[in-house]
Order: sequence, then C-alpha cells, then structure tokens
Amino acid sequence: MVVFEKPKALTDAVLSYCPGCTHGIIHRLVAEAIDELGIRGDTIGVAPVGCSVLAYNFFNVDMIQAAHGRAPAVATGIKRSDPSKIVFTYQGDGDLAAIGTAETVHAAARGENIVVIFVNNAIYGMTGGQLAPTSLPGMVTQTSPYGRDVENAGYPMKVCELLQNVDGAAYLERIAVNDIKNINKAKKAILKAFKNQVEGKGFSLVEVLSTCPTNWGLTPVKSLDWLRENMIPYYPLGVYKDKYAEKEESK
Amino acid sequence: MSEKVLMKGNEAIAEAAIMAGCRHYFGYPITPQTEIAAYMSKRMPKVGGVFLQAESEIAAINMVIGVSATGKRVMTSSSSPGISLKSEGLSYLAGCDLPALVVNIQRGGPGLGGIQPAQSDYWQAVRAAGHGDFRRIVLAPASVQEMVELTFKGFDLADKYRMTTLILADGTMGQMMEPVSLDMGEVTATEKSWALTGTKEARKPNIVNSLYLQPENLEKMNRERYERYQKVEENEVMFEQYLMDDAEICLVAFGVTARVSKNAVDIARQNGVKAGMIRPVTLWPFPKAALRKAAEKVKAFVSVELSMGQMIEDVELAIRCQKPVLLCSRAGGMITTPDDVLAKINEANEIGG
Amino acid sequence: MSEKRFLFAGFGGQGILFTGKYLAYEGLLQGKEVSWLPSYGPEMRGGTANCSVIISDTSIGSPIITTHDVLIAMNLPSLDKFEPETVEGGKIFVDSSLIGRKVARTDVDAYYIPATQLASDKNLPGLANMIILGNVIRQTGVMDVADLARAMRKIVSERRQDMIDLNIKAIELGYNYQ
Repeated sequence: MVVFEKPKALTDAVLSYCPGCTHGIIHRLVAEAIDELGIRGDTIGVAPVGCSVLAYNFFNVDMIQAAHGRAPAVATGIKRSDPSKIVFTYQGDGDLAAIGTAETVHAAARGENIVVIFVNNAIYGMTGGQLAPTSLPGMVTQTSPYGRDVENAGYPMKVCELLQNVDGAAYLERIAVNDIKNINKAKKAILKAFKNQVEGKGFSLVEVLSTCPTNWGLTPVKSLDWLRENMIPYYPLGVYKDKYAEKEESK
Repeated sequence: MSEKVLMKGNEAIAEAAIMAGCRHYFGYPITPQTEIAAYMSKRMPKVGGVFLQAESEIAAINMVIGVSATGKRVMTSSSSPGISLKSEGLSYLAGCDLPALVVNIQRGGPGLGGIQPAQSDYWQAVRAAGHGDFRRIVLAPASVQEMVELTFKGFDLADKYRMTTLILADGTMGQMMEPVSLDMGEVTATEKSWALTGTKEARKPNIVNSLYLQPENLEKMNRERYERYQKVEENEVMFEQYLMDDAEICLVAFGVTARVSKNAVDIARQNGVKAGMIRPVTLWPFPKAALRKAAEKVKAFVSVELSMGQMIEDVELAIRCQKPVLLCSRAGGMITTPDDVLAKINEANEIGG
Repeated sequence: MSEKRFLFAGFGGQGILFTGKYLAYEGLLQGKEVSWLPSYGPEMRGGTANCSVIISDTSIGSPIITTHDVLIAMNLPSLDKFEPETVEGGKIFVDSSLIGRKVARTDVDAYYIPATQLASDKNLPGLANMIILGNVIRQTGVMDVADLARAMRKIVSERRQDMIDLNIKAIELGYNYQ
C-alpha cells in the first residue's frame, strides 16, 4: 500500500500561501530532496523577503530569515562557517533578480557550494502584485497599469541565461511546476542541485516557473495555462549549464 | 607580559580579532581602513580562518550575519560611506539578536566626503545606522593598545549581550603606529544554544529571524531587548577621567581628539586654568552619570569633536543642560590642535565666571 | 619631560615611511613611548609623503604634531612646506643632491647631505633615506650607533639579511659623512 505522507523536512505548520499557489509544490519538492538525501539534520535554509518570507516556519530544518535580496550572502557566511552543512536559499524573483542581483551573481561567480531555489512567477506577490524584474513585456501589474513598456521599464531578466556565462556556476536549470510531467522534471532538478552540494560541486541554481493566481487575477487552473502559454515561451525550460556533465562529455 | 611590538591601529585591530577567536572576516576595500582587510587576507589562511572580499559592503555584512547565525565569532570593517551601506545589515543583526564586531575607521563626510580623519559618524554609530528600535555597543579607542584591548573585549560584549559591538575610530587611529602588547589572556567561550548548527534530527529547528507580524509580539521582543540594553547601561559604561578632581572646566573628548585634549589640559594647567577631561570609552552606553556628577562641580564643559558637533548633544542631555557646553570642532578631515582646544578652555573659563 | 618630534618628508618611493618606522622601533626598543603617524591617501602613490615620529620619556598625548624638533627633507616641496614649522633651535637635514637651496632660517641648525648622490656613488640604490638618517643619528644622538641592527631586524625579515646589511651600511655612511 502506498501511503501519501508529508516529507519529514516539512513542519506541521499550515502553509500560508494563497489557494492555488505553486509555492506549496516547490516546498514539497525541496523537502523531498532533503529527505531522500538524508541530510535533514545537517541542512540550514535561508528564507527571503517576499511571499516565502515565512519559509522558516515550514521547513523542518534550522532556518534564518535574510534581508531582501541578501540570502546568497547570508548563505555564503553559513557555508563558509561550516562547509559540512547543506545550505540552501529559497528566493523569489524580486528578491533574487532585482534587489539581490549582485548577491546572486557574485555567489555564482565565487562558485559557492550552495543551492539556490529561484521561484519566478513574474510578479511581486507579497506586496500585492507589482512589476517584477521578470514580468513579461506588456504584462499588466499594479505598477505597470498599461502593461510593461520595455522602453520605460526595460526588459525582463533571464536569470539562467545571465548566469550561464558565469564561470563559477556549476549547475543551472529552469523548470516549471505547471503539470505532472514538469513537476517530475522539477523534482529531479532540485534533487540534483542538493546532490551537487553534497558532492561539493559548487553553485547550483534551479529556476522554477511558478504561478500567482491572486495577483495574476486568474483561477489556479487558468494560471497554469497562462504559465504554459506565456512564461515558458519567454523563459525556455531546460538545463542551461551543467559543468560536470560538460566535463563528462568532453572526456 | 609579552614583548611590545610596533603596530598600525588597523593591523592591531585585525590581530586582536584573531586572538579573540574570530576566524571569519568579510570586507570591501575603502580608505582609510583597508589595512584591516589586507592584514586579514594574509593572516586568516594561516590560522585556518576565512577571509573573503565581498562584492559589496552590503554582501559583507550579510555574510557576517550568516556566520554569526552559526554561532561563531565574525567581523567586518569599513569606513564611513561603507558603514552607511551596512546599515541594513546592522538592523537585521539587532533584530535577530546576533553578536558581531564591526569596525568603522571614520573619514570626513557626508557623501563621498574625503579620506582624512573625522568623527562625524558619531550619530550614525550611537543612534542612526539601521532602522528600528535598537542599540549597539560603541567603543572608542584612543590608542593602538586600546584598539587591541577593545577589539578583544568587544567580541566578549557582543557574545554576552547578543549585540553588535562597533569599534569607532578614525583615519589617524587606523594609520598610526604605537607599541602594543598583544597579551590578552584567554578567550571567553559563550554557550550559543540558539545557533544554526543543524538539528542532527535531535532537536527542534533553531530559527534566526527578525520578522514578527503580530505587533504584540514585536513589541514584546523589543521590550525584552531593551531590558538587556538596560543591563549594558548598568554594567558596561567605560570612561577615563583626567585631572578631574579639582577641575573647573571639563573637556569631553573621545578617540584621537582626547589625545589632543590631554595636551591642552596640561598647557591650561600650566597657565593656571584648572581643566580636566572625561573621555568616554563607551560612546554607547554613554558615561552619563560621570558627566552629571562633574556638572555639580565644574563651571563649564567643552565638547571636542572632529565633526560639526554631534556628541555635544549627548553631553547636554547627560548634564540636563545644567552648565554651559561649548563646542570645539574641526570637520571634513581637519584635525583639532591643542591650541584650538586651549582657546575654547579659556573661553569656557570666562563664560563660567 | 624629554620628547623629540621628528618629521620625515619627501616623495613617495623614497622610503620615507620606512625610515620613520625604523626610528620609532628603535625608540620602542629603548623602552620609550613612541608614535608613528603617516600622511595617507593618494599622495602615497608618487606624490609627497611624510610621517611624524615622536619619541618620549612619558606617555604621548597627541600623536599629531604641528611643529617638530627635527626635519628630514628629501625634496624641495617638503623643505618649503615644513621649514617654517620647525621649532627654534631645531635641526633640519636636507638631501642636498635633490634640493638646490639652503635653509633660510637662521635660528635652526642645518645639515646638508648629498644622500641621493652618495647612494648612487656607493651602490646603495634607494637607500638615500637611510644615509640621511645616519647623519640624523649622529647629530641628535637619538640612538647608539652600536644598536643599528636591532630595530632593523624588527622590520626587515631575517630572510633578507642582505637588506639588513645594506641598510646598516647606508646608515653608517651617513653617520660618518663630514
């Protein structure tokens, strides 16, 4: 008999996310990876500022809450203090790709042996739906009421593509959690990122295309459709970098 | 006692930190404190420690937060504009009740200002750096030897009260060399059951956090924190008195200006004016009681500062404006001379009747 | 109270700060109170450089000096700037191979040492600073010539014994310069 159980790496706290939000799925995938690798007792997580600010209540591991955008720097300190710990950050698009761009790029450049889970839903959720660095061109938000005008607000940040050219980054993959097939791929990618860290392979970032039904103004199901129809074409899924796979191939 | 060696203030701070058990340093180059980073980059690898030049002052202070959260001693250092950038992290350190040592080797401001010595970050140090209700311990050394001793003690205080200790010095102090004894004794170990060390699946997760969405809880946290600050005010005030027994004019000066003021006190006394000095070593907690006591006896105070006048407000507050307080000030990187101070002592002597 | 205040001034790269550090260390080894304070900032990189050294029998108040007892001037701008700040009865040492003019003050003792030329003639490259210091030691009696090596060993690594020897040779050359 298969019993559907909550991963041990999640606490019993009730998730505070909106109905239909995919943060819950992503939390679960991260927790499953931690459980599968048997690293719960040695894992330290870093929560961001944004919708997942309360992640410290949900992961059943030692947690710290970082200032907006600074999670990779905090994670660097933790990892440098005790390299035997498994350290991950869990960040949204505003946190990682706007206010924390420098921290993200430089943690990658240093090849910090950490995992970054980057949840991209193209909008600022917690503050009520403003323009994000990853909001699509033409996308209507509270602070782009006429749609994202790239002449004014500039173009969206493609984080995996940006970090591809950073020598220190070991593993970059963009995934989505819009259907079972993609969720399975996401699970593998997140597991691989943590495994990389256990094996000392360096900086791994998994970008997860995610939904925000509340601020997109769509039902949860329509949000999944919107993600597939609009986000995936702009942010193509796939492995953007796998330093060690490349090395294998070149042998 | 170990043999004295000649060291630059900046290097002495760095070595004292290593002696205090600090094995993690994060920083960013800025004049006039860069020798601290340079010294750490040389020494840390040799003592099994970590030196990392961060991409920004902001990243550096957040790396400090990361290490501190794991329970280890950690520091960063900078000069005035860099401390402004670290302000966010200083607030988070306080909100998370994390110990840390931060050094500010001040230069003239505001803005990019200059690179010559100043004390114009006094307000920033004792009041302003970082949002929210909180305090930090601010130590003001006046010699290279004191830079060693206060750095060493600063780590102990930070651990004991789970606070940031800020060493507030200036470009002169950082650059000058004086003989120092590095004989500091044993490092005090502090139990840190709150630290993030991994649960080992043997305890509940530890959470380091400054977010309290329920205002009742946030107020409660702040009140508890202020009870701790109260203990610091009761137990940790440090100051030096120089010729205060019969003084009629009381200079108040810290750091390098206290050195200049000491010369001025000596000259004034040769001229028959009974001057003395109270030198705050802790700028927070400020030696309020000592000043209040002095106010009962002296005719007037002179606050000597390398700023447009910042500490003077704390002097006036401490003595409840019972006596006149004059300001002897140079700013922007200029240095007060003993003659400047002497002129103010004479002026105070006349006002005071 | 005996206190001597030295000001070393010249171009960046002439070893001005090193000379001051050596003298300060010697003061420390004599059991005196000392302080060494450099000018710092962009001028360190090629412009003018100076440092002050105080050696005192009692604790030193201000490490910042506005006048000095002894000036060591290794270029003209330094002599122009600091000659007036020398105390009455003070001593001024001039590298006469780089400074064409004489000391204008008549209330101080002036000494002219062609230190840069001597360094070049005697194959002691870059050691004009120590040559002129040698003469300072002779004229001020700030230290015993028998003790030249001990402070040098504190600031030059033992592995650079050749440098220690060369520096001492330069000091002796300046000490004996007539």
